[in-house]
Amino acid sequence: MPGQGEQRNGKTAGESLPCTAPENTDKALAAQEKSRAGGITSARASAGTVADGGNLDIVLSGLSKRFKGLDHPAVAPLELKLHAGAVTGLVGPDGAGKTTLLRMLAGLLAPSAGQARVAGLDPVAEGRALRAVLGYMPQRFGLYEDLSVQENLTLYASLRGVEGKERQASFATLLRFTGLEPFTGRLAGKLSGGMKQKLGLACALLGSPRVLLLDEPGVGVDPISRRELWAMVHALAGEGLLIVWSTSYLDEAEQCREVVLLREGALLYAGPPGNLTRSMAGRSFLADPGERSKRALLRQALGAPEVGDGIIQGGFARLILRKDAAPEAVARALNLPAKALRPAEPRFEDAFIDLLGGGPSGGEALGGEVPAVSVASRQGKESAPVIEARELTRTFGSFTATDRVSFAVGRGEIFGLLGPNGAGKSTTFKMMCGLLKPSSGQALVLGRDLQREPAAARRRLGYMAQKFSLYEGLSVKQNLRFFSGIYGLSGREREKRIQEMTATFGFAPMLGQAAGELPLGFKQRLALACALMHRPDILFLDEPTSGVDPLTRREFWLHINSMVEKGVTVMVTTHFMDEAEYCDRIGLVYHGRLIAAGPPDSLKAEARAEQTPNPSMEEAFISLIERYDAARGEN
Amino acid sequence: MMLQSLTTLIIKELLSLLRDRQSRMIIIVPVLVQVLVFPFAATLEVSNAVIGVFDEDGGRHAVELTQRLAAAESFSRVLPLYNGPAAAAALNNQDVLLVARFSPQFSGNLDAGRAAVAQVLLDGRRSNAAQVALNYLRSIVETYAGEMANMAGGPGLPRGESELEIRNWYNPNLDSTWFVLPSLIALITTVGVLIVTALSVAREREQGTLEQLLVSPLTTWQIFMGKAVPAMLIATGQGSLVLLAGVLAYGIPFSGSLLLFYCAIVLYGLSLIGVGLLISVLCSTQQQAFIGVFLFMMPAILLSGYISPVENMPGWLQGLTMANPIRHFTEITKQIYLKGAGFSVVWQSIRPLLLIIVGTIGAAYAMFRRKVS
Amino acid sequence: MLARPRSDPALRDREKAFSLKRLAALCRKEGLQIIRDPASLLIAFVIPVVLMVIFGYGINFDSVALRVGLVLEDESPTARRFAAAFQASPFIEATVGTDRQAMVALMQAGKLRGIVVLPVNFSRALITGKAPIQVLTDGSEPNTANFVQAYVNGVWQVWRQNQDQDAGASPPPTIGLEPRYWFNQAAVSRNFIVPGAITIIITVVGAVLTSLVVAREWERGTMEALLATRVTKAELLLSKLIPYYLLGLFALLVCMIMSGGLFMVPFRGSYAMLWGVSTLFLANALGMGLAISTLTRNQFNAAQIALNAAFLPAVMLSGFVFEIDSMPAVVRAITYIIPARYYVKTMQTLFLAGPAPSILLANALFLLGSAVLFLGLTAAATRLRLD
Repeated sequence: MPGQGEQRNGKTAGESLPCTAPENTDKALAAQEKSRAGGITSARASAGTVADGGNLDIVLSGLSKRFKGLDHPAVAPLELKLHAGAVTGLVGPDGAGKTTLLRMLAGLLAPSAGQARVAGLDPVAEGRALRAVLGYMPQRFGLYEDLSVQENLTLYASLRGVEGKERQASFATLLRFTGLEPFTGRLAGKLSGGMKQKLGLACALLGSPRVLLLDEPGVGVDPISRRELWAMVHALAGEGLLIVWSTSYLDEAEQCREVVLLREGALLYAGPPGNLTRSMAGRSFLADPGERSKRALLRQALGAPEVGDGIIQGGFARLILRKDAAPEAVARALNLPAKALRPAEPRFEDAFIDLLGGGPSGGEALGGEVPAVSVASRQGKESAPVIEARELTRTFGSFTATDRVSFAVGRGEIFGLLGPNGAGKSTTFKMMCGLLKPSSGQALVLGRDLQREPAAARRRLGYMAQKFSLYEGLSVKQNLRFFSGIYGLSGREREKRIQEMTATFGFAPMLGQAAGELPLGFKQRLALACALMHRPDILFLDEPTSGVDPLTRREFWLHINSMVEKGVTVMVTTHFMDEAEYCDRIGLVYHGRLIAAGPPDSLKAEARAEQTPNPSMEEAFISLIERYDAARGEN
Repeated sequence: MMLQSLTTLIIKELLSLLRDRQSRMIIIVPVLVQVLVFPFAATLEVSNAVIGVFDEDGGRHAVELTQRLAAAESFSRVLPLYNGPAAAAALNNQDVLLVARFSPQFSGNLDAGRAAVAQVLLDGRRSNAAQVALNYLRSIVETYAGEMANMAGGPGLPRGESELEIRNWYNPNLDSTWFVLPSLIALITTVGVLIVTALSVAREREQGTLEQLLVSPLTTWQIFMGKAVPAMLIATGQGSLVLLAGVLAYGIPFSGSLLLFYCAIVLYGLSLIGVGLLISVLCSTQQQAFIGVFLFMMPAILLSGYISPVENMPGWLQGLTMANPIRHFTEITKQIYLKGAGFSVVWQSIRPLLLIIVGTIGAAYAMFRRKVS
Repeated sequence: MLARPRSDPALRDREKAFSLKRLAALCRKEGLQIIRDPASLLIAFVIPVVLMVIFGYGINFDSVALRVGLVLEDESPTARRFAAAFQASPFIEATVGTDRQAMVALMQAGKLRGIVVLPVNFSRALITGKAPIQVLTDGSEPNTANFVQAYVNGVWQVWRQNQDQDAGASPPPTIGLEPRYWFNQAAVSRNFIVPGAITIIITVVGAVLTSLVVAREWERGTMEALLATRVTKAELLLSKLIPYYLLGLFALLVCMIMSGGLFMVPFRGSYAMLWGVSTLFLANALGMGLAISTLTRNQFNAAQIALNAAFLPAVMLSGFVFEIDSMPAVVRAITYIIPARYYVKTMQTLFLAGPAPSILLANALFLLGSAVLFLGLTAAATRLRLD
């Protein structure tokens, strides 16, 4: 059963990791780790790994990289010094040059100019010497999927010259450390995302590296696994390793001792994230919409010149004011009572967006183009659910992926499916949009079974897949034409919609470019445009923002919100907790069952406990899962 | 609406086939190479062969025959060999394809009116070529014997003489390019269609765009048609190209009905589309689909009659080739292109094609539906 | 896990050298991948068996009993005697009839490869003067048509001798030909097809399979992880060569067992030579596959190119079915750069003629040269960096 190993670890990690005190996190984590896996730490400490720590740092002098055919450098000349003993976060939007920089540090790419010294060595000229002290985990973890956990470990142990007794000891320690002991015989390809990630880390840790480079280890991994990995890495940093962790998750970055913030290859900020966050003091507010729609409020707010950025957080709109903007003026501009604007704790993400020049403004949202979904004409009764699952069950052999799941989504509602990897949310999602036949139960859209009368119901459906499924060989324009064409659009109407989409998403400069060559953010935009071309009134979004940066994510939700205001119904699966906040209601799927459902704020309230009086969505998520496990354990 | 969606699908398919340079190359280059090289390479006739003559006789008949052999078109050179070991070595080292050995009494026997025997040693490592060469040799020798008899003629026999009047129909000079080109039409279209259907569905599955199609209002038939029509266009295009090359560049006259020919191409295309779709339904990745195509195509081409005639195969294998669309289509192309056959003749090869079409497309449809839902 | 500090410079230096242990680990990994990947197994085990069966049974030039129709428009005893001689020929499967059109339709359908027509007044013409026997062959199968001509000619000769004997005349002196097939007494085509087929199979197993393996590492992102370890270029290349070399030898073994056990093709050469030459040829096939894979870094394209660059030339231009001598000079020149050509020649000689050092040596030298070329190309194209 996938997930059991993680789950056991998740419990320990979850109990022990406070999330609210970024400054102390790594110390706290190190301490927690010590108590949990004391054996490792003490052994390592006594061996004195950091003995010659004097030159255990990374020094970049004028390091830059250009690729042929690109007008701006992938990495602009960088002057930087990174130190051991803590995790350095490498943060930035898509195309910021994070991967290129890490590859240069690992000696996998030669710089175009300048120099890097990693642990005193030149990564290219002294690459072989460097690799004796280097652990590197590429984006897809570098695992052989057709080899078992043990075989992967053995391979990398041999490659890194870990032999004999030392090998056995390392295996034992790493397997315990990562909680992979029960799965040594399982093929790496059959592991869940979280377990793959841990195995990737274990492989990178073989041979006692002193420099650890991790490229986006958190992508596509659920919060529980992410948190566990985070704890492990911090424990390692506490032992004096030099760790660079690239990420587009800002909550991860927030917990690093230092962050390096890149945009388009250029350095925006380097230093403790706290400093940056503190600079935002007094600029973050939660706006209570009262009787009004939170989405309308957000859109209005984003249009105001004083507001730099805003998102939905549960029942509130979370607004970041521009520097020197007065909250009272904002409240007035939004027709809110002054006390409806409550100060909120600033977050690193606020600072990040601010540094990038603020989020998107409300005016350009797509909803403007879309005529309101007329409830009367499209559907008999307003009260009838648009999407409904009735006792939905799907089994694969003896494994029950989805177990008697029931829920209903009303018109103009955003319903989110949340859950750890392998919990069954994809299976449920696929059944809802008719891609998979239920073993029993019903998946109804507009009261109809998509399996039985597909074409009619499907015409009103928009679907966006996790991988931004586009025809990569076709140009942007050709993709738009294709997706409008298969929904029967033609002639002037078709051209008009294509123009609308081009204007809304700013495709004009890249209409002729192949979709496969677009930066990730634009792929995501194009996928959304393609899904909306025929103006569906029901949207199915499967991890729609996976891997894209916070800016693109904001823009995405702006469009979705504006469509929901017009009566479009949305069903979404996600790993991102801030995305979950946008939902009107959330269903938490675990072990194939819907273990909790309700508005984000009530789920948070449900998860409230002594240690966490005011839990974040992520904490709520973890705590609800733990409670479920505990209840099951008792039975 | 139906038509609109379908044309959109077809345009998309053609665009993705032709936009990418690599794919364009894969469609065009093999056609060029095969049309330029295969008609010359795929020959079973013997020309430019070197043969050896071990003349122990030295008499006039042996000398005359040797000269005639040297003058024959099939043999580029006659290598004189002066002793047994030299003859053996020449054969062993594949310097010669065969050695004609005239024994010491060869001319003497003939002059005395007795039968004479020439030994022919052939390289069994190339027994087919050797056999063909032996046939050439035999006809040269027989012509010579006939001339001798006529010269000796004398009173002759009190009866008329019969004679063989040989006509090679459909290919008067038994030129192997005439045989290869119609078969090439079948071969080349096969590769094109299978790649378009089997691999492109697998690619859509890998890229996730197949799911996009499945949630759209398109029906399974429309999705199938969206794959089938472009494949058909590619097949007809490539087929026409080879046909044009055959008629214009190789000067092989097209003697049948063009309408019938194109009808046959469409039917053949459909049968391959069935196979391709079946492979694509069975495979989940491009790599698997590639191996599937390979596993189907290799035996199907080898057993199509292109390399050696179907009738030479053992009975069970001939039965198996009934399920091989390439076999039927190579027969059809030759029937129409070279033999000018009409519908009643071609129908015998079309019937099994129809069965293959129904079987493969039906199976692919059923499995596709089951896999999706 | 972090027990051993790595600051010792001596230790670092030692790590630079080629390491057998790392090589062994990489080979083991490759081996496990081969065993677990159904595609590899399919290519390495199923394809050899299927191809051997196809080549052993399906490709056959020993045209026993060609289907030839005889149209007897004249039903005189003379014509009937001709028909009898015709039907008695072991090389002809005769269909005798009187309707010429029906026979032509059969030939159009490919059911007959030739038609012999004895015209209406054949026996009368035979008495008065020239009596033509029409022979129509199906030229759409030129090779078969040649055999039809030869066999009908044979029947005609027999019939004429019979006629002469009946007439009591002494036959004019004839020249007989006494063919002896060396190395292959019965002139069984299978005996030269099977050694050629082994060439094709080794090409497929060696080139097509390896064309996928390096590309696969790039596509799945594992190459990046490998390169971040202390792997050397030699280790990387050898770890791709050794397992697939063994797999190729295994395929060769399967082929040898089938050729001897099932197809009864004699093997007259030495197994040591077979191993030596096959090793050289495998080095070619593997080198070609690896070079393609390394240059494309894309499985799909690599497989396509391997198919077109290795498989098709091995079938068409190696001389195993189609006579190289008969090709035009330009095409013949191309065959000289096809390694399969040299291997086919060696294999046919090894199987049927036994050890013939002069042939083997020349071909082996060429194979060696091209193997060095392909492997050198791969080594040059292999980079331990991503750019």
